[in-house]
Amino acid sequence: MIAILKYSAGNIKSVQNALTRLGYKSIITDNPSELSNADKVIFPGVGEASSAIYYLKERGLDKTIISLKQPVLGICLGLQLMCRFSEEGETKCLGIFDTDVRLFPPVDKIPHMGWNNCLTMKGDLFKSITIDDDLYYVHSYYAEISSFTLATCDYILPFSAAMQKENFYATQFHPEKSAETGEKILKNFLAL
Amino acid sequence: MLKRRIIPCLDIKDGRTVKGVNFINLIDAGDPVELAKVYAKQGADELVFLDITATIENRKALGALVERIAAEINIPFTVGGGIDTVYDVSILIKAGADKVTVNSSVVRRPGLISEIARQFGNQCIVVAIDTKLVDHEWIVVVDGGRTITELKTIDWARSIEDLGAGEILLTSMNNDGTKTGFSIDITREVSRNVNIPVIASGGAGSMEHFRDVFFNTSCSAALAASIFHFGEIDIRELKKYLKHNGIAIR
Repeated sequence: MIAILKYSAGNIKSVQNALTRLGYKSIITDNPSELSNADKVIFPGVGEASSAIYYLKERGLDKTIISLKQPVLGICLGLQLMCRFSEEGETKCLGIFDTDVRLFPPVDKIPHMGWNNCLTMKGDLFKSITIDDDLYYVHSYYAEISSFTLATCDYILPFSAAMQKENFYATQFHPEKSAETGEKILKNFLAL
Repeated sequence: MLKRRIIPCLDIKDGRTVKGVNFINLIDAGDPVELAKVYAKQGADELVFLDITATIENRKALGALVERIAAEINIPFTVGGGIDTVYDVSILIKAGADKVTVNSSVVRRPGLISEIARQFGNQCIVVAIDTKLVDHEWIVVVDGGRTITELKTIDWARSIEDLGAGEILLTSMNNDGTKTGFSIDITREVSRNVNIPVIASGGAGSMEHFRDVFFNTSCSAALAASIFHFGEIDIRELKKYLKHNGIAIR
C-alpha cells in the first residue's frame, strides 16, 4: 500500500489522482502506524513552510516522517520541509537533508512557474528521463545544491530539482502534474 | 530553461464548453473533460476553465466537474468564474484545481487577493485583468467587458502583485474574439512592470500571433480558446512552429 501524508498543505488529492491513473491504490492518512507500515510514503504539498511545520509538529508527524524506513518521496513543499531550514517564515524544518531553502533573488519573475528541464540528473528516479524532458514547477523558494542533489535545474540560478538521502527522495517539480515525464518518475519511485 | 506556455481556455456553461465572440453569441464546443484530455495529450502546458455563468446554484456542479477534470488530466489547471470568497476558492482547491482565477470580484474588493494568497499560497491565485483601450489609455473593465472602471491597467497590475497575486491573466477586450493577434503593447507593458508571470490572452487567430507575442513581450504564456476548440490550430503543430522559430517551448 502507498500512503500519502495527510496534512494542512494543498494538492494532496492530485497525487492520489496521479497514482490512480497509473493503476496504484493509495491511502491519504496521518495515522503513524499506517504511515510506518506502508510500502511507500509520499509527502506532497503546496503551501507555506512555517504553518506546515507547525501543523506537523503539533501532531507529532515530524517524528513519524523522520523515522520512516521505506522509500519516501517529498514533493515541492515536501522537499523543502525535509531540509534543515527555510527562509520562508524563517522555519526550522525536519533536517533530513542538511541543506537550506532560500528565496529566489528577484531578478526574474517569481514564482518559477511552468515547465523546465533538468541540467544534470542521476539515479533510478530519473531512469529513462533525458535533459530534453520538461517537468512542471511552481515555487518561489529553492533548495541549494548539496551532496544530496540528484538532479539540478536552472532558473535564476542552479538549484536542486531532486534530492536523496538513504530512503528519502524528494523532487522540487510536481511529477503528478508533469504529464508523461512525471508519470515515468512516479513509476520509477514506485519501483524502488 | 523555463519554457513559454501554451494554454487552451475552456469556457464552461452548464457543464459544457462554449466560446463566444466578444463574449456574446455562445457556440457549444463540447464536453470539457474530453476536450481537456485531448489538449493534455496534444501537449498543452496548462488548462484554464472559466465558468462564465457561475451562479450559486451551479457552483456545486462546478466542484463536481473540477473533480472529474482532476481525476483525468495530468497537467496543471486553473478554474475561475464567480469566485467571491475564500470559501469559493476552498471548494475548487479541494476538488483538485491547482489555481483559481478571480476577476471582477477583486476589482470590487482587492483584499480578497491577500486572503486567498494567505490561505492557499501566492502560486494559487491568478488575477484576470480584462482591459480595453479607452481614449488612448488601457483601462480595466469588469463584468465581461460591460463595465469600464477608473483603474489604469498598469497601476492595477502593480497593485495586485503587491496584494499577493501569483500570476496575471491579461485579456485585451479590443482583441478578444477578433483573431487579429494579441495586443502586443499592453502585454509588453504589464509584463515589464510586474515581477510575476503574465499570460497573454485575447485575439489569437494564427500561429504567427503566438510567435509575435512571445518575440515582442516577456509574457510567460499565451492563452486561446476557439482556435483550439474548432481545430483551426493544432497544439502540436503550434508548438513545433514556435520551437522552429527559436522560442523556448516544451
